[in-house]
Amino acid sequence: MQLNANVPSGPIQEKWDRCRFEMKLVNPANKRKHTILVVGTGLAGGSAAATLGELGYNVLCYCYHDSPRRAHSIAAQGGINAAKNYRNDGDSVWRLFFDTVKGGDFRAREANVYRLAQISVDIIDQCVAQGVPFAREYGGTLANRSFGGAQVSRTFYARGQTGQQLLLGAYQALQRQVAAGQVTMFPRREMLDVIVIDGRARGIVTRDLVTGRIESCLGDAVVLATGGYGNVYYLSTNAKNSNVTAIWRAHKRGAAFANPCFTQIHPTCIPVSGEYQSKLTLMSESLRNDGRIWVPKAPDDRRPAARIRDEERDYYLERRYPSFGNLVPRDVASRAAKAACDEGRGVGETGYGVYLDFQSAIERLGAGVIRERYGNLFDMYQRITGENPYEAPMRIYPAMHYTMGGLWVDYKLMSTIPGLFVLGEANFSDHGANRLGASALMQGLADGYFIAPYTLGDYLANTRLEKTSETHSACRQAEENVGELTRRLLGAKGRRSVDSFHRELGQLMWDSCGMSRSAAGLESCLRRIPEMRERYWREVSVLGAGDDLNQSLEKAGRVADFFELAELICRDAIERRESCGGHFREEWQTSDGEALRDDERFMHGASWEYQGPDRPPLRHVEPLSFDYVKPAQRSYK
Amino acid sequence: MRLLLHVWRQKNRRTPGRMARYEVGDVKPDMSVLEVLDVLNEQLIQRGEEPVAFEHDCREGICGSCGFMINGVAHGGAPGVTVCQLPMRHFDDGAELFLEPWRAGAFPVLKDLVVDRSALDRVIAAGGFISTPAGSAPDGNAIPVPKPDAERAMDAAACIGCGACVAACPNASASLFTGAKIAHLGLLPQGQPERLERVLGMVGQMNAEIFGSCTNIGECEAVCPKEISIEVIARMHHDFIRASWSRRPESVPAGGPG
Repeated sequence: MQLNANVPSGPIQEKWDRCRFEMKLVNPANKRKHTILVVGTGLAGGSAAATLGELGYNVLCYCYHDSPRRAHSIAAQGGINAAKNYRNDGDSVWRLFFDTVKGGDFRAREANVYRLAQISVDIIDQCVAQGVPFAREYGGTLANRSFGGAQVSRTFYARGQTGQQLLLGAYQALQRQVAAGQVTMFPRREMLDVIVIDGRARGIVTRDLVTGRIESCLGDAVVLATGGYGNVYYLSTNAKNSNVTAIWRAHKRGAAFANPCFTQIHPTCIPVSGEYQSKLTLMSESLRNDGRIWVPKAPDDRRPAARIRDEERDYYLERRYPSFGNLVPRDVASRAAKAACDEGRGVGETGYGVYLDFQSAIERLGAGVIRERYGNLFDMYQRITGENPYEAPMRIYPAMHYTMGGLWVDYKLMSTIPGLFVLGEANFSDHGANRLGASALMQGLADGYFIAPYTLGDYLANTRLEKTSETHSACRQAEENVGELTRRLLGAKGRRSVDSFHRELGQLMWDSCGMSRSAAGLESCLRRIPEMRERYWREVSVLGAGDDLNQSLEKAGRVADFFELAELICRDAIERRESCGGHFREEWQTSDGEALRDDERFMHGASWEYQGPDRPPLRHVEPLSFDYVKPAQRSYK
Repeated sequence: MRLLLHVWRQKNRRTPGRMARYEVGDVKPDMSVLEVLDVLNEQLIQRGEEPVAFEHDCREGICGSCGFMINGVAHGGAPGVTVCQLPMRHFDDGAELFLEPWRAGAFPVLKDLVVDRSALDRVIAAGGFISTPAGSAPDGNAIPVPKPDAERAMDAAACIGCGACVAACPNASASLFTGAKIAHLGLLPQGQPERLERVLGMVGQMNAEIFGSCTNIGECEAVCPKEISIEVIARMHHDFIRASWSRRPESVPAGGPG
C-alpha cells in the first residue's frame, strides 16, 4: 500500500493556490453528466453536497436520520475559529496554523493545517452571507471570544448553539439544491458497504431503514462524511446513532485507517450519575473562559463546596500552568482532572468530578453578564443535575468527545481507494494527536465548501470511467455481504440486548484505552475483545424482522463493527510507544507527569491496512516533516 | 420510582396500532424519559418482545429527533425541554403515563412512536434559505447587523424542527415552524432580497402538505422546546400580505397562511 500524500511543492503559503491552479477542471456542460454520492449530511457532507450541486454535478446524498438537518454537527456548542484578526489582538493565518500544529502535538501534516487556516476566513464570510446569526457587538460587527488552547480571540459563535446554526446554514443550502433538482436526498438510508470496481470507488450499498430494502447505488465518485467513532466507548458526548460503520466497511474494502488511537477526551462534561446513563452531556469549553477549576487540597474532603475556604482549594490548572491557566488544551485539562481524582480529591458522589466555579466571575462581572454569556448552558446543567450553578459550582468530568483518527487521505482528501473521498471528522487529516476547541466546525466546512468541490473535479477530469450498472458482479457481491450479515444478526438466538454488549465494550475501552494507556492494559484489552466479540455473536438477541424499521438491527451491525475497530485502536495504541496529544502512555511521561513524545521514532502518521478477518492488519507509516513550526515539547506553563 | 406506561404500538404505516400497558420499576429521578424507555426496552428484549421504536439521537435537546406526546402534551409539559432532557423528577412516583406519537395528517406514523416529518424538509426547500453559492460572499463584517436584530434572528433560528408545534396544534398547523424560519432570515439584511419570494414559497408548500391553518390558539408556543414566540407567525403573516400586494397574483398561493 502506497501512502503518497501528494502535497504540492513550493512554500507553504503558496501550496494550495498552486494546487488549485494545477488541478484540471471539468467543463461546466459536462458536470451534470457526473454523479457523485455523498454519505452524511453534517457540516462536511451537507456543505459538500450543496456546493457540488451548485457547481452542476448530479449529487445523490444519503443520511440515516429522518432529515439531513439532524447530523451530530448540530450539537457543537462553542464556536468556530477563523484567523480574521477582527479583534486586532495579533492573530493571523500563521498564528492559527502554528497553534493548530502545536495543539495537535506535531502529528498533523503541516501543509493541510496551513490550508485549513487560510480557508478559515472564507468560511466565516460564507456562513454570514447564508444568514447564520453569529453573535454581534453593539456596533453590528461580529463578536469573538477566546477558546481553549488559544491566547487570541478568534472564535465566532452563535450563543451555545454554533454547530446548530452552521449546520442549518449548510442544510438550507442543501435544501435549495434539492429544490433545484441538483441534489437528490435519500434520508433514512444507511450505507453498509462501498462498491469498488476496477480498483475505484463507484458506489455504495444502502439499507432503507423503513422497508429494509438493500440496494446498490452507483456513481463516478463517493464522498464519505460520516463523522467520528467516539461511540466505541459507549458513553460519550456523541449522539447515540453516531457510529463507525461507513468508514469501517470502507476500510475493509481497502481504505487505510490512520491513527485510530488518537481520540479526544473533553474536559468539561457532566459527570456520570448512574448505571442507566445513556450518554454524557458536554458543557461547552467556553465555560473555562470565566469558570475556575478546582478540587479540595485535602483528599476525601466531603464538605460542600461553599464550606471549603479559598486557601483549602487547589486551583490546579492555574497552579500547574500559570500562563494558560484554565484555558489549557483539552488533553492537558482532562488528564489533570483525572490525576486530581485519582489522588482521592475528586468531588461529587462518585468521586469522579471536579468543580467549575463561577463565583469570582459573578462577583467581578455580575450574574447578568454571566447569564448572557452562558445562560443556556447553565439552564441545561440545572435541568440535568437539579443543581443551580449560579449558587454552587458545577461538577464536571472528562468524557469521550472526538476522534482525530479516521480514514487516511491525501492532500486532496482522497483515501487509498481512488475515487473515495473522506471529509470532516471521518478523515484523519488536520488535528494530529489532539484537536483544539472550535476547530472541528472549521475543518468540516473547509473540507465541504472549499476543498472537496475542487479536488473531486480534478479527479473526475483526470479519470476515464467505464460505464457500469447495478448488475455488475461487484454490486451483487456487496449486496450479498450485507444481506448475509443481516441474516446472521437476526438469526443469533441469544438473550442479551445489543446495548448491554456495547456498554461492556465501552467500559473496557474507557478503562484500558481511555485517558491513560499502558502496554499491560492494552494487551489485556486485546485478549478480551475477541472473547467478547465471540460471545456477542453467540448471545446477542436481535428481535423483529429485516424488512421493517428495526432499530435493534441497526445498532447490532454498528456494534459488530465497533468490536473490530476497538481491536485496531488498541493495536495502534500499543505500537505508538510515546505519549502525544490525546494518546497518553503511562510509560512515557516527564518527571512532572507531562506527555513525553518520541520524535525520533514516532514523528509519523500510522495507517493500517486491512488484511482479512484472519490476518492481523499491516501498519504503514507516513513520515511527517516540520519545516515551518519547529517541534518542541508542548508547554502551556 | 415505579411507573405505569401506556405506549402506542404500531407495526407499520399500514397496520392499525393500539396502546400497550407496561410497568417499569426502579426508575431513578435523574433518568430522562428516554432512559426509561431504554430500561423498558431492555425488559422487553429479555422477554423476547420487540422493543418500542422511538426516534432519538443527540439526547441533549438540539438535534430535534425525539418527541412524542406524554399524557397529551408534546414533550411532556416541562418548559423548554425535549423528552430526551425531561428528567423523571418532573413526575410523581407511581405516575401513569400515556405515550403517543405526534398526531397530524402531514406526519404519518411509521412505527410505534416514529413519524415521518419529511414535510418540514420540503417546506424549507420551498424557500427557507438565502441563495449564496460558496465563494461569492463579501467579508463577514461588510454588512453590519444591529445586535438586537441578530439576537431576535437567533431566537427564531433556534428551532430544532422537532414537530412539537404541529403535534400540539388542534389544527396541526406548521405555522410556528415556518414562521420561525421566515423570521430568522427576514430579520437579517442578508435575507432581504428573497424575503417575499421566500414567504410565498414556504406558505404555498405548507398548504400543499395539508398542514392546517393558524387560528392563534398558541399551543405551539406553549410546548416549543426552544420557546419560540408566536410573534414569528405574525411576522409570517405580515410578510405574506406584503408579498401578496407586491407580487403577481399567480405567484401567491390561494388561502394564504390561514
